[in-house]
Amino acid sequence: MSDTPAPTAPIHAPAGVGMLRGARTFPEAARQALGDPQLRHNLGHATATIREKRANVVAEVADWAELRNAGEAIKSATMATLDEQLIRLEHQVTAAGGVVHWASDADSANEIVARLVRETGSREVVKVKSMATQEIGLNDALAQAGIDAYETDLAELIVQLGGDLPSHILVPAIHRNRAEIRNLFLRAIPDIDPGLTDDPRALAAAARRHLRQRFLAAKVAVSGANFAVAETGTLCVVESEGNGRMCLTLPDTLITVMGIEKVVPSWRDLEVFLQLLPRSSTGERMNPYTSLWTGAHRGDGPRAVHLVLLDNGRTSVLADQVGRDALNCIRCSACLNVCPVYQRTGGHAYGSVYPGPIGAILSPQLTGIEHNASLPYASTLCGACYDVCPVKIDIPSILVHLRAQDVEVKRARRDVPTPESVAMAAAAWTMTDDRRWSRAQRSSRLARLVGRRRDKARGLIRSLPGPLAAWTVARDAPRPPAQTFREWWARERSSDGQRR
Amino acid sequence: MTAREATLARIRAAIGDAPSVPAIPRDYRVRGDLEAGAAASLFAQRAAEYRAAVHHTGLDGVPALIATILASAGDTRAVVPTGLPADWLAEVPSSVLVYTDDGGMTTEDLDAVDVVVTGCAVAIAETGTVVLDGAPDQGRRVITLLPDHHICVVSVDRIVATVPEGLHRLDPTRPLTMISGPSATSDIELTRVEGVHGPRNLDVIIATAG
Repeated sequence: MSDTPAPTAPIHAPAGVGMLRGARTFPEAARQALGDPQLRHNLGHATATIREKRANVVAEVADWAELRNAGEAIKSATMATLDEQLIRLEHQVTAAGGVVHWASDADSANEIVARLVRETGSREVVKVKSMATQEIGLNDALAQAGIDAYETDLAELIVQLGGDLPSHILVPAIHRNRAEIRNLFLRAIPDIDPGLTDDPRALAAAARRHLRQRFLAAKVAVSGANFAVAETGTLCVVESEGNGRMCLTLPDTLITVMGIEKVVPSWRDLEVFLQLLPRSSTGERMNPYTSLWTGAHRGDGPRAVHLVLLDNGRTSVLADQVGRDALNCIRCSACLNVCPVYQRTGGHAYGSVYPGPIGAILSPQLTGIEHNASLPYASTLCGACYDVCPVKIDIPSILVHLRAQDVEVKRARRDVPTPESVAMAAAAWTMTDDRRWSRAQRSSRLARLVGRRRDKARGLIRSLPGPLAAWTVARDAPRPPAQTFREWWARERSSDGQRR
Repeated sequence: MTAREATLARIRAAIGDAPSVPAIPRDYRVRGDLEAGAAASLFAQRAAEYRAAVHHTGLDGVPALIATILASAGDTRAVVPTGLPADWLAEVPSSVLVYTDDGGMTTEDLDAVDVVVTGCAVAIAETGTVVLDGAPDQGRRVITLLPDHHICVVSVDRIVATVPEGLHRLDPTRPLTMISGPSATSDIELTRVEGVHGPRNLDVIIATAG
């Protein structure tokens, strides 16, 4: 049959499951976020704090540039040999007593995990914070299978108790401040001390008491993995609170769900990433706890150890020679914290578990550009994300690449001419001819007449007339100058090119 | 076609026949340029910055120091791994109940214990990190997780300067836990708070030979 895809054809993450697609476009969702002063205050405070911490601990590393180069090369080399690395990883994990499962998409991964949990006889799991399981909507899928999943990371707990959505890769509850968290705990945690204050220390202690019995009784845990070493079969989880250690140590059964791009070839590669990740992520020289395990360890920790290797659109990202660098991401979230767009809109506006600059290039590629068409435009292309990226992902270039793809898709669907393509064609016609360009510049001075007097004094136009109004819905336009640069140049210079 | 075969086929189709594989430039620092004594003092400083309580003593001073730390914390129940040097607990008063975990203690038993005393496999100076690898003087992972207080004895010859040196000394097939200060969270307004699920108090004893 002609419409059956070849088995090697790229597949995208399926719709209707997981958290990669928002219900609204970015501009629609962002407008609401921008109207929430509390959210903007929380985000501004938190991102400023983490930016400063990161800058301090990165500055003290003399070989930061060399570490970034190594990190970038290790990731690119991994992607170029990904099939080989996964086979080695599978072999080593199996040899160490683990069981490896392969999942082409979110539905398949969810089925595998639900089946593994059912086979233990348990009806509940404790979870370590994991982007991959958020991406595939594992908690919902387990709930449908009659299994309760309990998030144990403090921020994930805050999100889960509030029936909320994560808004940051590292700190999913970054949009909540301490007073809001206190109110949530008082409402949602049974038997909580009604005298609970909003001191972060007290809130952390309340979470410790709330989860203690759950850890001690847990039979099954679900985790993600920051890295998996193909050479040795070693899995690695990087964390702070100790909830990860609880989940990785106490239960009988451990199920790890990991995107296929998280594999690294050799043990030695961790010496690079365990320097790059904590400093970029929490702004610490090292995070409090890093756990490394290789299969099942006799007499220490879980006896049944599973690894689910997840594709869910990653191979279609890999097939794009420009876009594939998005797979190099180690989920540090430094790009979120420096992004002028993320700092103002927060993570929910991106409609995906992956927000910010990295989300703007990853989500559309995982789902197919037509399902997240507005995300590549959710950027000013300022390049701050590229500067801080520990594995040097050129996010601005990939954003531009995806914008071109979006235009191509729309052109193929005959949605063109779009207002942009008409405007670009008109600009090209005007700017390729000297006389046309001079005339256009003179006439643009008419725009000085537009707008209110107070805004004019500040050099701004709040709303342009006619079809141009679309441009000023979300931004102000600068008031054109009274004199163009070309006019100033012509007046400043005499005919022999000397200054007057 | 199984999901495994299908995924591998998609990967091969995506990367093509002759993907270029970049060489890995490893011109970053692997060895620190610190002398042994300087590495120990850097480790002490960095561990303290992450709110570990750091103590210095000669190896023969370890028993007295452990007894002092237990007394000032008010710990009355301790657990140790089977391979902890016996003399380290020689000065602990008999009022402190000491369990030796041979793998038989339940999580409930361990949850009722105040303090755990261990050695360590490696310590990394630049990051203030101790690494446990489940050797007999460190025990299985759970014993350093459930008690609220961890006393870790770091022999000076276990201290290296850099992360690459630390990983080089470790056996990846062992269960490894890297610990940098007591458990902490930055989940509320990105303000670091020590003490969530893991031990809330970490004492590090740096022991010099002789």
